Amino acid sequence: MKSSARDFSDNAEKALLNPDLRRALAQVREGFVVKRAKAFAELPEFAALRRLGHEIKQHSLEHLDYYLERYERQVIAAGGQVHWAQTPQQARDIVVKICRDSAAQRVIKGKSMVSEEVALNEALEAADFEVTETDLGEYIIQLAKEPPSHIIAPAVHKTREQVNALFRDHHKNLGGKRDASVAGLVNEARQVLRQAFLKADVGITGANFLIAETGAHVLVTNEGNGDLCSSLPRVHIVTASIEKVIPNLEDLSVLLRLLARSATGQPLSVYTTLYNGPAKAEQGAGPKEYHVVLVDHGRSTLLGTEFREALRCIRCGACLNHCPVYTAIGGHAYGWVYPGPIGAVLSPLMLGMQEAHDLPHACTLNGHCQQVCPMEIPLPSLLRRLRQRGFSDRVDGRRSRWALQVWVILARHPALYRFINDVGAWMMGKVARGGVLHRWPMAGAWTRYRDLPTPEGSGFISAWKRGDRS
Amino acid sequence: MQQPSIEGQSTQPRVALFATCLVDFFRPAVGFASARLLEAAGCRVEVPDGQTCCGQPAFNSGDDASARAIARQVIALFASYDYVVAPSGSCAGMIKCHYPKLFSDDLDMLEQARQLAEKTFELTQFLVDICSYQLPSQQLQATLAYHDSCSGVREMGIYEQPRSLLTAISGLTLTTPKEADSCCGFGGTFCVKYPAISARLLKNKQTALTDTDADLISGGDLGCLLNIAGGLRRAGDKTKVYHVAELLDGCAGQAGIGEDKG
Ligand code: SF4
Repeated sequence: MKSSARDFSDNAEKALLNPDLRRALAQVREGFVVKRAKAFAELPEFAALRRLGHEIKQHSLEHLDYYLERYERQVIAAGGQVHWAQTPQQARDIVVKICRDSAAQRVIKGKSMVSEEVALNEALEAADFEVTETDLGEYIIQLAKEPPSHIIAPAVHKTREQVNALFRDHHKNLGGKRDASVAGLVNEARQVLRQAFLKADVGITGANFLIAETGAHVLVTNEGNGDLCSSLPRVHIVTASIEKVIPNLEDLSVLLRLLARSATGQPLSVYTTLYNGPAKAEQGAGPKEYHVVLVDHGRSTLLGTEFREALRCIRCGACLNHCPVYTAIGGHAYGWVYPGPIGAVLSPLMLGMQEAHDLPHACTLNGHCQQVCPMEIPLPSLLRRLRQRGFSDRVDGRRSRWALQVWVILARHPALYRFINDVGAWMMGKVARGGVLHRWPMAGAWTRYRDLPTPEGSGFISAWKRGDRS
Repeated sequence: MQQPSIEGQSTQPRVALFATCLVDFFRPAVGFASARLLEAAGCRVEVPDGQTCCGQPAFNSGDDASARAIARQVIALFASYDYVVAPSGSCAGMIKCHYPKLFSDDLDMLEQARQLAEKTFELTQFLVDICSYQLPSQQLQATLAYHDSCSGVREMGIYEQPRSLLTAISGLTLTTPKEADSCCGFGGTFCVKYPAISARLLKNKQTALTDTDADLISGGDLGCLLNIAGGLRRAGDKTKVYHVAELLDGCAGQAGIGEDKG
């Protein structure tokens, strides 16, 4: 997907003016957040589990080469093939080649964020394959020709009315009476998708985890579409980023308990399936070919940097749901595949500081994301580190740099600071009427939306020094 | 970290009041109230006049070199005191949680930063956890909606302290607004860099606060309170807003933040 992260500010302002979006996003705050809180309130061992989950992922990252090689051996032993893609281009080429080699025409897909990251659909369509997304949310945004706006609920920005209108447009060939209720719309999508499932040659899914010990990939969904993508077509391709690998099934049991609760507040998602290679001869049904495409896209470099902790992310979406900025502007404003706090960390690292320099700044550092992250990723510190990088690379605006430097000089010269502080407070106090200022030079960004409470009139430190005590 | 309580100590502890740049400029009343509370709690209060700001604007903008320079200045200024107390979870949090990180490759400064971090507290945290301060009996017939500021609640773990002090005021009823610990949209430079987003966050906060029908709004960080009061005034809402230090000091009769002194 092409990035528009550069236009973050404009995109955000537009998003704020969209009433449908506001209505849709209210579900995030009221739905996911409340359900997650309830799920963890019922899990007294949450803190211990979280610690353990953190350690498992950290350990896996520290020995990533070992576990990846082990995983690869096990996949091959199970009759599958492993492909290594260093860049998005390589990932696209590999998948297109597999589809061509198997003389495929129709491709169905389960939800995969890394396939969005490498812009797989565009490449498959350009190579004349017919691609159908089968996760309901992904299907909706495919019809709308939009990117996902949330990592677990890609169409969360759409209201039911918008989905209904979209289906009316695209499902013209369906007869019978239409039902615009949620259940009715789901049924309608099911009818359409059933045909796609039955006709597909290739199924592509992501993976929530890769198990080094057994060579299995783990798929967690609520719709079961991923399982149909994995079992009906004759070829199954798994796209996964390299940091998905964990040592064994024991570890998986810990991470699964954290993932579903953090994501949707469920103790476990409806479908959790482990797949091992292609169908065996005696099984009859199932894919004849099984491919795993392991995508790096800068992750192995990140491992050696101060940003490595971001790689612990299990893509649960909790940080998005609890982020006041995300829930105000939605995912599209972030301009690329990963929105919210984790997106504000990953996008500049993957796209470059120049492209996404706004994202690390568009955060109040309120810390809610870190508080809820099941992997204890210190998101605010990572965002601050990115700001440091932006500052030393001089990618942030000249005006804000200049203002900051003036302020730093003052802060480092207490006498001068005191003088300016006191004169300013006195002047503002003189001008103001009624306790607030509606406008003030250089405070336009503040007073555009709120009044500015007026200073009482003299600085506290000087007043204290003079002997004032009230 | 468990600190010894200062009750029963023979000599009064020397406490430096770090007023914070916002209190210094906008609301000296918070500084005076804080000083009175600390004195009432048995401290000898001083306000070192070399203080400017804790350096957060530089730190949060990624200008670590400047943040470090300012931190050095603050560390030197406060080194000789027994305690440093700020009427702000955010500025106290900067010293307590972030100063040590700034000096991770300068062992000598790191040690000094740690020492300062250990003796630095937010006001209500200091009054309750260190001084075991009991508020003298006072009365205020009102309902109050309390805003837990982000750094206070998440960085410093301040939640019970202001509440335990406020509930000692007879007649005062505390209400909990919806999403009480969610951000008000201030965020330091964030509110002027992304004013439209900040305004939406503020709007959400305002709605949550006014939905409680409280007569008073309070919190422990002046940044949030200036933001909230500014939003309320722009909307024509006259609900009074005070810093928690002012309420504890019994100043609720005076003009609130953003209110005409008349
Ligand atoms: S950063 Fe943490 S909270 Fe956010 S998606 Fe990843 S694991 Fe979940």
